[in-house]
Amino acid sequence: MNNVKFHKYDTVIVGAGGAGMRAAIESTKRSRTAVLTKLYPTRSHTGAAQGGMAAALANVEEDNWEWHTFDTIKGGDYLVDQDAAEILAKEAIDSVLDLEKMGLPFNRTPQGKIDQRRFGGHSRNHGEAPVRRSCYAADRTGHMILQTLYQNCVKEGVEFFNEFYVLDLLLNDVDGVKRTAGVVAYELATGDVHVFQAKAVVFASGGNGKFFKVTSNAHTLTGDGQASAFRRGLPLEDMEFFQFHPTGIWKMGILLTEGARGEGGILRNKDGERFMEKYAPVMKDLASRDVVSRAIYTEIREGRGCGPEGDHVYLDLTHLPPEQLDAKLPDITEFARTYLGIEPYTDPVPIQPTAHYAMGGIPTNVRGEALADNDTPVPGLYAAGEVACVSVHGANRLGTNSLLDINVFGRRAGIAAAEYADTAEYVELPDEPAKFVLDEIENLRDATGSERVVEIRRALQETMDKNVMVFRTEQTLKEAVEEIGQLRRRYRNISVQDKGKRFNTDLLEAIELGNLLDLAEVTAVSALARKESRGGHYREDFPNRDDVNFMRHTMAYREVGDDGAESIRLDYKPVVQTRYQPMERKY
Amino acid sequence: MSTAVMDKAEAEAKGPASHLITVTLRIRRYNSEVSDEPWWDDFQVDVDPKDRVLDVLHTIKWEHDGTLTFRRSCAHGICGSDAMRINGRNRLACKTLIKDIGPEKPISVEPIKGLAVLKDLVVDMEPFFQAYRDVMPFLVTTGNEPTRERLQSAEDRERFDDTTKCILCAACTSSCPVFWNDGQYFGPAAIVNAHRFIFDSRDEAGEQRLEILNDKDGVWRCRTVFNCTDACPRGIQVTKAIQEVKRALITRRF
Ligand SMILES: Cc1cc2nc3c(=O)[nH]c(=O)nc-3n(C[C@H](O)[C@H](O)[C@H](O)COP(=O)(O)OP(=O)(O)OC[C@H]3O[C@@H](n4cnc5c(N)ncnc54)[C@H](O)[C@@H]3O)c2cc1C
Ligand code: SF4
Ligand code: FES
Repeated sequence: MNNVKFHKYDTVIVGAGGAGMRAAIESTKRSRTAVLTKLYPTRSHTGAAQGGMAAALANVEEDNWEWHTFDTIKGGDYLVDQDAAEILAKEAIDSVLDLEKMGLPFNRTPQGKIDQRRFGGHSRNHGEAPVRRSCYAADRTGHMILQTLYQNCVKEGVEFFNEFYVLDLLLNDVDGVKRTAGVVAYELATGDVHVFQAKAVVFASGGNGKFFKVTSNAHTLTGDGQASAFRRGLPLEDMEFFQFHPTGIWKMGILLTEGARGEGGILRNKDGERFMEKYAPVMKDLASRDVVSRAIYTEIREGRGCGPEGDHVYLDLTHLPPEQLDAKLPDITEFARTYLGIEPYTDPVPIQPTAHYAMGGIPTNVRGEALADNDTPVPGLYAAGEVACVSVHGANRLGTNSLLDINVFGRRAGIAAAEYADTAEYVELPDEPAKFVLDEIENLRDATGSERVVEIRRALQETMDKNVMVFRTEQTLKEAVEEIGQLRRRYRNISVQDKGKRFNTDLLEAIELGNLLDLAEVTAVSALARKESRGGHYREDFPNRDDVNFMRHTMAYREVGDDGAESIRLDYKPVVQTRYQPMERKY
Repeated sequence: MSTAVMDKAEAEAKGPASHLITVTLRIRRYNSEVSDEPWWDDFQVDVDPKDRVLDVLHTIKWEHDGTLTFRRSCAHGICGSDAMRINGRNRLACKTLIKDIGPEKPISVEPIKGLAVLKDLVVDMEPFFQAYRDVMPFLVTTGNEPTRERLQSAEDRERFDDTTKCILCAACTSSCPVFWNDGQYFGPAAIVNAHRFIFDSRDEAGEQRLEILNDKDGVWRCRTVFNCTDACPRGIQVTKAIQEVKRALITRRF
């Protein structure tokens, strides 16, 4: 039996990536705060972001937050909640300036101001021409944000519980309302289970890209926060919207930033043809991410892919001067050399689309309050960052808007949670609060079943890559739902080899797989029901956007029948539209 | 039409799809729940020579021995989780390809040195992060905050660029013979992170940080062995940064 330990904090933050640490800096000043994180803070995947963070500073050319708002809404194929997008774009400016004051070493203009550069989808005056809106620090912007926020957490004395895996959310009914009581965490070093009673809980636990095989996401991005909330009956919003970035390293999925094409890089098929000219005559290689990803797969399917299997295309940088590559793209050219043994000066780099970003997640309002239905907040529960869906990204996130999101809404959630904790009372813990987690651990550790984590995970990733990626149809999605269902049944018969308490990553990988299976099912079921194409969700059988029937957010709920059988119920929520009428999205 | 693309496509189409080789990984194991003493395990695995050492560790964990324990996350040299001693040199497992480290002979994999081993390749990172926190690794300024950003010239920004790249992987510190002999020494990584602020034109606490590093366990312990520079997976000129801090202590100019 594992030890159970009890703690009491005003505010508990789950996750120490950009969103979690931005929240922690605010909430630590206002309330007694604990940050629980399964990774050391500086290991979080925010550190992998390359391109930049959008804000209409207008440091190098004319720009304003209203243009940024429009681009965000259009980029999201009008599924964006427009009030939220406006806040994102307005608060972007202070949020970049705050980071600078915290010490972030942005690149500078000759006048010493924060430098800015172009990025896909960001334009001047509603699509007239590209605008320089992305604030950046070399091609390491995410790294610098993560380091700067951690440095400021050290400065503010933020209390971290490192390598603590949150595995359950505790809610308790008070007067017929579900309220937040705390979370349950598993301590990697000892195997102890910890109950954290808290007035306010902020989920900032990142994305869930690991249910795809080819992905830019870290091994640890397994959607633990989304899965915990869902299991406790809370909805997940717009899970069918996942972004596939066109240029991941072939088979590995490691990201090569859009900046590579911004610098003049060209995509070519096996005949050396610049195929994007056919698909997007104006923007060519710099068309939006969903358009380019579909074009690449069309080339591959029609037999113009490269290599013996014809399963990739090339990113050609050979015509660019080596000095330019060294100055502007040092990290990604190093990735090509390290992982492919390819010299980008002289050889094209094999690439394929890579699963990149979850637009969907735990629904929140603009204060970061997590929702129990279309508009009722769960008292004491907050979410921010990739785990959340505000929704500022709608059906397709613009590059550089996520680093922005984590700062704007991380800050908002941190403040709101701490202010709530300041006035609220503790909610009584449910009976046997650690029971769910203890049972799960015991069951997995004692199980002798024949199923292995690696096989189920591989099968899950294969079916997701095959059926739920860039192209979807009713048939592929049904196949995915069917296969995921089978895998979930096989999962019940799983066993782990490591029976120990200390650093049992074998056990945790099994739990993470359970989360991925749940979320994959929600994603496939939501995608099956959305009989239209919008942003990152492309249905070959319904290739057009359908505003009449589908201008609405998907809300997925877990239902448990009287017989214990689980199912997913889909509901819908209107999109908030303020001043922008939906138009056809052309670049 | 790019000829490079055509040549490449042709070569790839002809080349063999897979060419697995068998390698032996000799891994230093430790698990206090099993034994008080560490031991070595050999694993023979079929791998693609272009696989990362991390991929091979995963194959072993997932297919052979689920108890094998190591840290990892990003798998491409960005998060700093998986520094380990591979064939006697500190490297990131996710940035080291099998073909580059002599796969004909058994490949040894051990935890980094100088930090207590907790299980297999997992070491106690707390002393490492404590040394980091001790050097005041954050911007310190006084006076009123400007409404806009603080200005900084491109040259001033460039002055500390190298040391901003640090991912706190501990490869440098745990390759340092001074640190092995005396765990009290701040170690190269902490000095790198102090350097990052000492030479930032916006910062006003350089003197304080220098005083911290002037301590008996500070920069003067460095004997310029250069192990740290060789070990750094981010290519940071670690020894140079330490030298610059030493010079700043003497001249009080930075
Ligand atoms: C390669 C790459 C490049 C990108 N480039 C850009 C870019 O240029 N611009 C841009 O705007 N966006 C970019 N993005 C997207 C952006 O980086 C991410 O969406 C964003 O950083 C997510 O931040 P986060 O704080 O929500 O999550 P993360 O940084 O992923 O942090 C998640 C945190 O949650 C913790 N956690 C997870 N599960 C648990 C659990 N069960 N218990 C406790 N803790 C837990 C982890 O330890 C971690 O600290 C990029 C993404 C990738 C993958
Ligand atoms: S200086 Fe280099 S080796 Fe040392 S911790 Fe930083 S990144 Fe790792
Ligand atoms: S796993 Fe992130 S640096 Fe190796």
